[in-house]
Amino acid sequence: MNMVRVLERTGADVRYDAKQTCCGQPAFNTGYHDESRDMALHFLDIFDGDGSDYIVAPSGSCVTMVKVFYGSLLELPEEYREKAERVRSRVHEFTSFLVDVLGKNSVGAEFHGRVTVHDSCHALRELRIREQPRLLLRNVKGLELVEMDAADVCCGFGGTFAVKHASVSTAMTEEKVESILRSGADVVTGVDSSCLMNISGMLKRRGSAVRCMHIADILGGSGS
Amino acid sequence: MTSRTPIIPQNLKLLVEERIHDDGLRGNIRRATHTSLGKRAAVVEDFPRWEEMRTTAHDIKKHVMDNLAHYLELFERQATEAGAQVHFARDAKEASSIVCGLAREHGERVIVKSKSMATEEIHLNPALQQSGLRVLETDLGEYIVQLAEEPPSHITAPALHKSRGEIGRLFSEQLGIPYTDDPEELTAIARRVLREEFLQADVGISGVNFGLAESGTICIVENEGNARLSTTLPKVHIAVMGIEKLLPDAESLGLFLNMLGRSATGQRITCYTSLITGPKRSTEPDGPEQLHIVLLDNGRSTMHADPKLREALYCIRCGACMNICPVYQKVGGHGYGSVYSGPIGSVVTPVFMGEQAAHDLPFASSLCGACADICPVRIDIHHHLLDWRHRMVEGQDGPLLERIAMRLFTFTALSALRFDLAGRLARLFAPFLKHSAGGMRLPVWSETREFPNLPEKSFKQLWKEDRERS
Ligand code: SF4
Repeated sequence: MNMVRVLERTGADVRYDAKQTCCGQPAFNTGYHDESRDMALHFLDIFDGDGSDYIVAPSGSCVTMVKVFYGSLLELPEEYREKAERVRSRVHEFTSFLVDVLGKNSVGAEFHGRVTVHDSCHALRELRIREQPRLLLRNVKGLELVEMDAADVCCGFGGTFAVKHASVSTAMTEEKVESILRSGADVVTGVDSSCLMNISGMLKRRGSAVRCMHIADILGGSGS
Repeated sequence: MTSRTPIIPQNLKLLVEERIHDDGLRGNIRRATHTSLGKRAAVVEDFPRWEEMRTTAHDIKKHVMDNLAHYLELFERQATEAGAQVHFARDAKEASSIVCGLAREHGERVIVKSKSMATEEIHLNPALQQSGLRVLETDLGEYIVQLAEEPPSHITAPALHKSRGEIGRLFSEQLGIPYTDDPEELTAIARRVLREEFLQADVGISGVNFGLAESGTICIVENEGNARLSTTLPKVHIAVMGIEKLLPDAESLGLFLNMLGRSATGQRITCYTSLITGPKRSTEPDGPEQLHIVLLDNGRSTMHADPKLREALYCIRCGACMNICPVYQKVGGHGYGSVYSGPIGSVVTPVFMGEQAAHDLPFASSLCGACADICPVRIDIHHHLLDWRHRMVEGQDGPLLERIAMRLFTFTALSALRFDLAGRLARLFAPFLKHSAGGMRLPVWSETREFPNLPEKSFKQLWKEDRERS
């Protein structure tokens, strides 16, 4: 709900269609295009022509699926190509929407703590989102932004990769966690919940006090 | 000492497990890849328009691949004109038998080789040995892995996985010399051994970095001078060249030399750049009497015919995608069980080894895309991995359980009602999976990480409540 709060604070009229489910990314990533396509068509049917100007999601990964993979790497039937084109241009990742579309560098938030950003791979390399979350965080009252080393290196999640190649994935997450701990931050944030869930899973296992928070929870949360 | 462990397709997980917990190995790989990456970053800064150069390099490669027949014919004509003998090899076996035939014909004492991945690809060394020939790797890294009877673990730095200490012990055991781990001393020792052999050799075998169609020239880059010796001292020089190595002309070579040296080792230019057009001419005092160029297909025309995979042929084998790959950094080249490792290796190996044998490779990636971002010729490597995953699943139906899970998830996600219900059920049953530290217990995942408890309410419920309040 925190994303909704932030968006409403900017004056946006936020709607939510309860018919929506999943963009199809998990199946697509694992190679199951037929299954993924079914979900993509469901997604396009719901969002195309729904009367809203923009579609905003708090996930670089889901946005990548729609914006980059629909109709390119995931082939769509002829009659859905135009739909996909229209939806693609309307869909935005949350921080990119605030900064690039609305032109806002600050959303009047307050948060007390030392925060570091993990760059999620899809957001960073498919959507080129890097500065947007940092810009917003720098303008949060009370927040101290610190950079970890190798912020742009993958956390090792990668969907089914984390299970199929668990030991490699774990080794990658270990390095990420060490970077975070070295940074001295007490909160690590980012634009994708899945990476944060992965990182948080290891921080907790290690008994670390460092918390993982989605950026929407910092920008729209209670302040600590 | 000259036999090499042949690469057999193996269970990928097993290969990985054997390596992932080896802290020494991981340290070696980490140090080496990070050194290369650091140097690369520094010299790339020389060019404010590096990104545009990558695009140009991509476009040139695309142009050559889109006109491959033309450039191949031109290259063959010009090379023949210059006195070289050009051979075509359809597959690894044919290539290896051509080279072995030539080597048997001309080689009696020793065959010297300079670093070449194409000859690894066709498993040339074992074949030469079976023909009763003695073959010696002359690139220091290749020499090291040959002594260790291992395949190279990196396409530009074959012994990258070894520490100085390990190399010192290897030299001491294999050459019967006192132990030292001083890099300069070790290099000097290798050089002494190799120089002797160079003078004995009657055949030199090399790879090719670039083939210039316009003039039939082959270009070889290196840092130790061993390739130059291998291609000039023996009376016969055999060069094995993948058909994708072509460039139109010397003008485009300038750009590619910059891209290759900088991306591979962070060098502005490699120490030696040899341009070879034909064998020794009658007016020249030295050089090989014969130059044979073996043009290698081995699956490349299959890639070429595939509109998606064609891009994989743009690769100039710089190894930058391996250096930056977090998976490669953890398991090293031998963890892939294929001649070409790392991200691009997982794209081309299904063609070279067959989809069955390479089935797991495209899945051994978190798809982070760092490879595509560093690639000097802008190959969308991780997107090719995604594409392979699809082909593998389509061709082999994927693991049964996974297939059922995907179907079930799709069935659920195609209706908001079912999706909702599934969410409710999950929340209902989640407490039974509770783990002591306050998270859920999941197979595999929970061995190294906690899994969060599901939130008590779905977004849908929260949204509904919120709207009812206001
Ligand atoms: S794919 Fe690109 S980065 Fe990797 S080796 Fe080839 S040229 Fe280099």
